[in-house]
Amino acid sequence: MMKDNRIEERTVDMDMTETKISARNVQVYYGETHAIRDVDVDILDKTVTAFIGPSGCGKSTFLRCLNRMNDTIPICRVEGTILLDGEDIYDKRVDPVQLRARVGMVFQKPNPFPKSIYDNVAYGPRIHGLARSKAELDDIVEKSLRRAALWSEAKDRLDQPGTGLSGGQQQRLCIARAVATEPEVLLMDEPCSALDPIATAQVEELIDELRRDYSVVIVTHSMQQAARVSQKTAFFHLGSLVEFGETGEIFTNPQDPRTESYITGRIG
Amino acid sequence: MSMPQTTGPQTGHRASKSLLEVDAGTRRRNRAEARFRSYGIAAIGVAVLALVLLVTSVLSNGLGAFRQTFVIMDITLAADTLDPSGTGDVDAMKRVSTIGYGKLLKTALIADLESRGIPTEGMSEKEIAGLLSKEAPAQLRNMVLADPSLIGQTIRFKTYATGRVDGYFKGRVSMESAERDSNVTPAQLELADRMRAKGLMSVGFNWGFLFGPDASELRPEAAGLGIAILGSAYMMILVLVLALPIGVAASIYLEEFAPQNRWTDLIEVNIANLAAVPSIVFGILGLALFINFMGLPQSAPVVGALVLTLMTLPTIIIATRASLKSVPPSIRSAALGVGASKMQTVFHHVLPLAMPGILTGTIIGLAQALGETAPLLLIGMVAFVRDFPSAPPEGFMDPAAALPVQVYNWTQRADPAFVERASGAIIVLLAFLLTMNIVAIVLRRRFERRW
Ligand SMILES: Nc1ncnc2c1ncn2[C@@H]1O[C@H](COP(=O)(O)OP(=O)(O)OP(=O)(O)O)[C@@H](O)[C@H]1O
Ligand SMILES: [Mg+2]
Repeated sequence: MMKDNRIEERTVDMDMTETKISARNVQVYYGETHAIRDVDVDILDKTVTAFIGPSGCGKSTFLRCLNRMNDTIPICRVEGTILLDGEDIYDKRVDPVQLRARVGMVFQKPNPFPKSIYDNVAYGPRIHGLARSKAELDDIVEKSLRRAALWSEAKDRLDQPGTGLSGGQQQRLCIARAVATEPEVLLMDEPCSALDPIATAQVEELIDELRRDYSVVIVTHSMQQAARVSQKTAFFHLGSLVEFGETGEIFTNPQDPRTESYITGRIG
Repeated sequence: MSMPQTTGPQTGHRASKSLLEVDAGTRRRNRAEARFRSYGIAAIGVAVLALVLLVTSVLSNGLGAFRQTFVIMDITLAADTLDPSGTGDVDAMKRVSTIGYGKLLKTALIADLESRGIPTEGMSEKEIAGLLSKEAPAQLRNMVLADPSLIGQTIRFKTYATGRVDGYFKGRVSMESAERDSNVTPAQLELADRMRAKGLMSVGFNWGFLFGPDASELRPEAAGLGIAILGSAYMMILVLVLALPIGVAASIYLEEFAPQNRWTDLIEVNIANLAAVPSIVFGILGLALFINFMGLPQSAPVVGALVLTLMTLPTIIIATRASLKSVPPSIRSAALGVGASKMQTVFHHVLPLAMPGILTGTIIGLAQALGETAPLLLIGMVAFVRDFPSAPPEGFMDPAAALPVQVYNWTQRADPAFVERASGAIIVLLAFLLTMNIVAIVLRRRFERRW
C-alpha cells in the first residue's frame, strides 16, 4: 500500500473529519483600509490547512482573526462570523484569553520571552495549570521541545536565555511554547521562514504529527511546503479568498486563473 | 605639464580616482566630522569645568563645617549649686536654670586655666567665659539632668568654643577683624591660642553637625543638621511609598489598559503639563489643601511628602510610560498568544522588562524632590525646630526641617559662620543624591541581569 506521492499519502478522508472553525462573510478593516473582504472558509479538524498568496494579501490578518489577536490592534475591526466548534468566537460573552488557550499561535517573527528556554516553554502550562508537579512540568517541556525538534540542541542549556538562540532555534522554541499548552487549533504564520531545510523538514514532520490530534493552519510562501504538509489550501489575493479546496486540486488543477498564475510564479 | 589621460567618457567625478587619494567631497565630510567632534569635546569641557568649580567651591567653603573647635575642661559638679535641695530629685534639680550652670562653667574654666598655668592677665571673667559657646550651659544641664549621679564628681566636659574662636582657627576671623568686632576681642583670641597650645582647646571632627539639632542665630557653632536629615529622610520614605505605586499603577493603566480616546489624550497632556508646573505652585496647593482644608499640622514631614509626591508623580509617570512603551510589542503578542490575560502579560513580561527604566525614573524624581525648597517653605518647614521628631509613624506628623530648606535658612542668617554651615549642608545633600544615584545604578544592574 506504499504510495510515493506525499500529497496523496497525507490526504485524509474528508468525510471523516468535522469542521473545527467555520468563517462566514469575514471582513477586516484597518481604519479605512478594507484588508479582508467576504472570506468564507471551513477549517477541518485533524487537518492541515495552508494559506498561500502574495505578500500583503491578508493571510496574517485573517489568521489573527481566528484567535482574536486582532483585538490587540486598536484600529482593527472584524465583521462576519467565525465559529469554533459551532460557537461564535466574537460573541460578547467570549473571553479572548480562554479562546487563545485553545487556539495557539506561532508568529511570523520569532518572539521568545527574554527568559530561560525552560521558562519560555513552561510559561503556558504554568498559567493554565496544566502541570501538577515540577516533574510533570519537566515532562511537558521536554515533550514540547522534542516535538519542535529543539530538544537535542537545547537540553543542556535549558536555563539559558531563549533570546540567545539562533533565529531558527528561536522559531522552534516558539513552536514548542505554542504546543506546550496543548491547543486544539495551532495557527502558524510562516513558521519556517527562518529555518534551514533540515529544521524545516523537522517542523513539517511535527505539523504532520500534530494533525493526528489537532487542526493546523499554516501560512506559507513556499508552494512546495504547502503541497507537502497540507490537505487543504486557501489562496488569498488582495484581501479576498480566491480559491479554497483540496491541496492536490489547487496545485494540479486550479479553477481560477489568478491561482494558476500565482502557483506557476507569474504573480506574487 | 602632463595631465593624466582620461580614456573614455567621464562618468561623474569619481571616475578616474584611485582609492589611495582622498577626493574633495570626502575631505569636506571628514573636516565637518572633525569640527563636530571638537564642538562636542568643547561642550563636555565646559560642563566638566562647571562641575569642578561647583564641587571645589562647595568643598572649600563647606568642609570646615565638619570640623569644630572644642573646649575640653575639667569641671566639678558641685552639689550645693546643682542640687540645692540635696534630695537628688530630678524635678527639683530642674529649677536650676542655665544661668546657674553658666556660673559654674565660668568658675571652672578660670580655675582650669589657673591650674594649667595659662595667664589671663587683664581679662575680665566675662571675657574668659565668652570663649565658651552660649550653648555650653544648656549642654551641661542636659547632661546632668540625664544622669544625676554625676553630681559631686569632677568630670571632663567637652563643649563648643564660641563661633568666633572657631572662625579664628579656621581663618575666618583675624586679629584685625576682632578689633572691629563687638563679639570678640583680640585678647580672647590670644587666650584661645594659649589654650590650644596647652590642650584645653582642640579642633576635631564634629558629629554634632550631622546629628545635632539646629541652633539659634547666636550659636552657629552648635547648629546641626540632625533634624533636617531626619526630616528629609522621612519625606523621601513617604514619597517613595506614595509616588512609586501610584505612579506605576497610573502608567500601567494609561499605557496598557486605557482606551485611546479624547479623555486619555486629555489626561496625557495634563500629566505632561504638570511636570512643567513650577514647584512653588505645588506648595501653595499643599498649603491650601493639606493644611488649611484637611487640617494637617504645619512643618510636618507628612505634608511635605504629600506635596513632593504630587510634584514627583508626573516625572515618575512619564518615565514609567516611556519604559513600558519601549518593551517590544512582540513580547505582548507572544504572551497573549499562549493565552495569558492582559494582566498576566503586563506583570509577568512587560513590567520586569520595564523595571530598570521605572527605577531610574523614580530615583530621578526622588532626587528632584530631595532638593526641592520652595514648596516646603510654604508649608512651614522653614520653622525653627529644636526637638527631634519621634520615630515613624508618629514622627511623620511631628515638626521637622528639610535639608535644602536648612541650607536656605542658614544662608539667611547674619553670622558668617552660617555660610560655612550652609555649604556643609550642601555637601551632605550632595552625598545623599550621590548615594541615591548609586542605588539606582545598582538596582538597574540587578534587574537588567535578568534579561
Ligand atoms: N497593524 C496594521 N495596521 C494597518 N494595516 C495593516 C496592519 N497589519 C496589516 N495591515 C495591512 O493589511 C494588509 C494585509 O496584511 P497582512 O500582514 O495580513 O499580509 P500578509 O498576507 O500576511 O503578508 P506577508 O506574506 O508579507 O506576511 C496589508 O496591506 C497591510 O498593509
Ligand atoms: Mg504575514
